[in-house]
Amino acid sequence: MKLDSMYQDIILDHYRHPHGKGLRDGDAEVHHVNPTCGDEITLRVKLDGEKVVDISYESQGCSISQASASVLNDLVVGQSVDEAMKVQETFLELMQSKGRLEPDEAMEEVLEDAVAFAGVSKYPARVKCALLSWMAWKDATAKALSEAPVPNEEGA
Amino acid sequence: MTQLQGLLDTEAIRKDFPILDRLVHDGKKIVYLDNAATSQKPRQVLDALNEYYERHNANVHRGVHVLAEEATALYEGARDKVAAFINAPSRDEVIFTKNASESLNLVANMLGWADEPYRVDRDTEIVITEMEHHSNIVPWQLLAQRTGAKLKWFGLTDDGRLDISNIDRVITEKTKIVSFVLVSNILGTVNPVEEIVRRAQDVGALVLIDASQAAPHMVLDVQSLGADFVAFTGHKMCGPTGIGVLWGRQELLEDLPPFLGGGEMIETVSMHSSTYAPAPHKFEAGTPPIAQAVGLGAAVDYLSSLGMDSIAAHEHAITEYAVKRLLEVPDLRIIGPGTAEDRGAAISFTLGDIHPHDVGQVLDEQGIAVRVGHHCARPVCLRYGIPATTRASFYLYSTPAEVDALIDGLEHVRNFFG
Repeated sequence: MKLDSMYQDIILDHYRHPHGKGLRDGDAEVHHVNPTCGDEITLRVKLDGEKVVDISYESQGCSISQASASVLNDLVVGQSVDEAMKVQETFLELMQSKGRLEPDEAMEEVLEDAVAFAGVSKYPARVKCALLSWMAWKDATAKALSEAPVPNEEGA
Repeated sequence: MTQLQGLLDTEAIRKDFPILDRLVHDGKKIVYLDNAATSQKPRQVLDALNEYYERHNANVHRGVHVLAEEATALYEGARDKVAAFINAPSRDEVIFTKNASESLNLVANMLGWADEPYRVDRDTEIVITEMEHHSNIVPWQLLAQRTGAKLKWFGLTDDGRLDISNIDRVITEKTKIVSFVLVSNILGTVNPVEEIVRRAQDVGALVLIDASQAAPHMVLDVQSLGADFVAFTGHKMCGPTGIGVLWGRQELLEDLPPFLGGGEMIETVSMHSSTYAPAPHKFEAGTPPIAQAVGLGAAVDYLSSLGMDSIAAHEHAITEYAVKRLLEVPDLRIIGPGTAEDRGAAISFTLGDIHPHDVGQVLDEQGIAVRVGHHCARPVCLRYGIPATTRASFYLYSTPAEVDALIDGLEHVRNFFG
């Protein structure tokens, strides 16, 4: 059944047992909504220099948006911001592929569990659900970086 | 096979709607339960559109050639049909717009630019309700922001009705306009028009009724409603998209200023100033949606041939059956009245903690089309503490078998996410 390509077991597992859910201390916070369906997320990032130390979030929405936030937490926490941005870009590429992209080994290595979302990209109405937390993370990270004190600025 | 009283001959009716034979997702017959979003179109309307373009197409109210005269006669003929359909005292009270949103915005802008006694300004109040579609909230927020007027609203009861217990405090001597929905697109509630109109008239306020979810489903008689303006859209009542209606009382349309300026709405134009055509043309700047009006005329003919009373009885029977069956589904909560009394055929619900997006997706896989989300009525979702709902909405071609298909579909949803 076609539906199973969207609702992969990995996605349903993340939906039922989300990783890293709940708000914790962070350097920046954003609130993103999907106006067409009412999905919402409040997300915080905690950086230590160039390293993503934590992504915490409160969210409400469908299984796809919830699972996606959980996978984001899994993949990105512990990475450097540069590495994490590459993961985000790869995920974005997969989600915008309209189901035409068959993830290869290189992509699977980068995305791990997130390759399970390949099937979601066939459903235009649901792509935004999958991307909600990732866009929020990108936004929060930019905010955290711009707000972070710049070293050696004294006397400049 | 379920036997209900008062049903239309849906077997015959469905032959008029070619789209209802569509097979989707590997051969499943479509079960179209998204009628509150838009209705399907009968062959009679599609034929009228085709014939207009194939035989009569021209711009209206200008040109002396045969096509221009035919197009004008068809366009104005559609106005006559709509006027009769809503029992308007005069055909000149029927303004064609592009949809109900434009109709509602038009009134808000007429009042913003009007002189006394209609003028909305900082010393006056606007009244709406918490169950309005965004199209009957945002134009009033804009008007309030621009004029300094105060925006007030009626709240909702726990069972999805309008709470008008404080009507004398909400509608006051300061109220200039009361704008409310006749039938809610999300809750299905049919609102108590008479009581609200009476109070508004007592304080000298104008009344605008959003009849978008009423015109397709019940007898709409603007004279018995007693309102000053009535807005609705064509595409929910078997007509094409791109055509809406604003009915307004003639003396108001004479007094109130135009909003959009342009061709067609003028009498004379000089480089310094212009005078305006009488209503309805005063409010129809530019080339109007001609084919769409002709299509709406055909839709009105189609609905009238079935009879609006018969359509209302059919939908009442289907709604009663659907409410009963839905309430049998475990963990299902209807958002809105839990009976078919004073209720339209749009039924919103939640299913346990399964998100409506997921409900809609699994139903779609079975060929069942419902709407999920906040239905452009987000304040209602906030009021009931839910992010969104799933909405099934029925129409004149809906059958008890389609209700059964929905119930079976929901069982499947529960198993899938169980």
